[in-house]
Amino acid sequence: MYVYDAFDRTLVAERVAEFRDQVARRLSGELTEEEFKPLRLMNGVYLQLHAYMLRVAIPYGTLSSAQLRRLAEVARKYDRGYGHFTTRQNLQFHWIKLEELPDAMAALAEAGLHGMQTSGNCVRNITTDQWAGVAPDELEDPRIWAELIRQHVTLHPEFSFMPRKFKIAVGSSLHDRAALRIHDLALRLHRNGAGESGFEVMVGGGLGRTPFLAKTIKPFLPKRDVLSYVEAVLRTYNQFGRRDNIYKARIKILVHELGVEAFAKEVEAEWQSIKDGALALDPGAASEIAGRFIYPDYKRLDDSPTMLTQARRADAGFDAWMINSVANHKVSGYAIVTLSLKPEGGTPGDATAAQMDAIADLADRYSFGEVRVGHEQNLTLPHVAQRDLHEVWRALNAIGVATPNVGLVSDIIACPGLDYCSLANARSIPIAQEITRRFSKLDLQRDLGRLHINISGCINACGHHHVGHIGILGVEKNGEEFYQITLGGKADSDAKLGTLIGPAVPYAKVADVVEDIAAAYLELRERPDELFIDTVKRLGVEPFRERVYAAR
Amino acid sequence: MLLVENGRIVEDRYLRILDDAPIPDRVPVIVPASRLLADAPELIRRDGSLGVLWPNDRRVAELEPWLGHLALIALVFPKFRDGRAYSQARLLRETYGFRGTLRAIGDVLRDQFNFLVRAGFDSFEVKKPADAKAFAEVLGRYSVHYQSSADGRAPALRRRLRSDATPKFHETV
Repeated sequence: MYVYDAFDRTLVAERVAEFRDQVARRLSGELTEEEFKPLRLMNGVYLQLHAYMLRVAIPYGTLSSAQLRRLAEVARKYDRGYGHFTTRQNLQFHWIKLEELPDAMAALAEAGLHGMQTSGNCVRNITTDQWAGVAPDELEDPRIWAELIRQHVTLHPEFSFMPRKFKIAVGSSLHDRAALRIHDLALRLHRNGAGESGFEVMVGGGLGRTPFLAKTIKPFLPKRDVLSYVEAVLRTYNQFGRRDNIYKARIKILVHELGVEAFAKEVEAEWQSIKDGALALDPGAASEIAGRFIYPDYKRLDDSPTMLTQARRADAGFDAWMINSVANHKVSGYAIVTLSLKPEGGTPGDATAAQMDAIADLADRYSFGEVRVGHEQNLTLPHVAQRDLHEVWRALNAIGVATPNVGLVSDIIACPGLDYCSLANARSIPIAQEITRRFSKLDLQRDLGRLHINISGCINACGHHHVGHIGILGVEKNGEEFYQITLGGKADSDAKLGTLIGPAVPYAKVADVVEDIAAAYLELRERPDELFIDTVKRLGVEPFRERVYAAR
Repeated sequence: MLLVENGRIVEDRYLRILDDAPIPDRVPVIVPASRLLADAPELIRRDGSLGVLWPNDRRVAELEPWLGHLALIALVFPKFRDGRAYSQARLLRETYGFRGTLRAIGDVLRDQFNFLVRAGFDSFEVKKPADAKAFAEVLGRYSVHYQSSADGRAPALRRRLRSDATPKFHETV
């Protein structure tokens, strides 16, 4: 993981001091709420339905055990004893008091955590694959580049008041686990014909009320040019992005209205004028950053040790979890363990302070002190020795984070919705909870196989409903909560937006509809291993539409 | 509204000229963009410093032929949130090499000062007197920053790469 040095620490501490002054000026009335708003937003502070919310950045989803413990401490001291992991590898505290915010931030800063740029019209937390650095299908660790870009755009003097927020993701693996094409700007590391590694640059992706998948504007960008190219994209957007209408202000609209060729040309011209200047990377720059990432000192271990095989044979519960939640590691003898934050009837992505502390301890004992946060709102222990898996499973089970439902129908991605969020039109959490109850039988879930449900409580699409295999979007009709259902969306390397199946259904019927869709799939699939998403692809949404609306 | 230059509150030497008003000689003036583009040959021969007020939705590339004759360019922040002029400022300083005064006008509040200075501004029409008075204090808030920009201070990455700037401690958090 990345280790803060004196520069990083000083900057975060100075930021907290500045925010303390801003809060004092707001409390004294010197700042109006309108003036305070952009300032608090750039520190991750929202005003929600019941209280202020603080969003803490977890850059590229990597946390140390000490940081996780600090999050637990802040949850206990300043919130109601829990935190909510989001689809953007952030953590949200939903019950923070304005006057206590500077102290909470100072406590986080001591552990190298902050809320800088987790909100506001600036470059947001840079996200990546939660398996970065450990996935077998990875070209190289994308976090080095995410960190380099994170530093470059932090408190950037030119790009802190852009037309709208700006989300960047970096990927480096064969299978896209970072949902690259739904980002404003995505960088994918790959090798060109000459065997050099560089970036494919994609722009203009995003969900919300006008969903678009990002388009490639540069198939291969040399690594030395990554900062200058990002700068050219941001500069083009900052100058020409629309500011007349908040719903048309994202870069995807600029790219769409200008046309991707014209946009790319504008960026290219700007880039040519700056590419050989101060932003051209010195050969040592990336290795300087890489040098401050600590990698585990792995032991030499064999894959599939005998004790693991025996434990799996003896313990069906453990075996089911192994099949579901444990993935191959690039180092032999190790495994990547996913912790499900989606228990039956729970709030997707919530973790209590006690769970966070326990996970931090387990990370210390079994995963070189490291934890990851993924966009699916689950956690990961990235470096567990296979011989320890049985013990780890028992410990995870004891704190309720070993439900073997990762990637299955009850592993639901959901935004906080109307239970917390002032933007929401409808509730998300109780919908997710009801669905997990309907599908509580693991056999049924396994039979259904990989099936991603995404729920958003409004068109802002924080729950990424457009790219859910089943997408559920809350809308309001005459003061009542209704839900639009889409099918066939996905956020992987072959990303696709879902198709609406028909009129919105009322709150009380959503779980019934999901059950109908699941039942229809079981009848329609060609063979048991044809995934839900593939059946939808083969048949379209029509047979599902018929099934859902025939009865209603 | 108070004008800040070189960290101090100063009198504005410039006279703001409206669209068709006559322009007095030997007085520093700021003319609207349209006036500059219409009367440039005449204006640059005039005795007295020339400034232009340039809107934030117009490309600064249009100013290139006249940059050598301009003593001041005023860039506009119609709203605090509207940050187009930051890009214009950096382009003027870094791409076009403009060395005259860059003035920020409009909704200019203390929380922009650091960004403005780093984007290349050196003159600030500050909306609230209390903010203008706090200018130096606010600028002292940050001793480090990550990126290079128009104010010429070395960014963290470059300072780190210099051998004399090796971070003193590597604490694990």
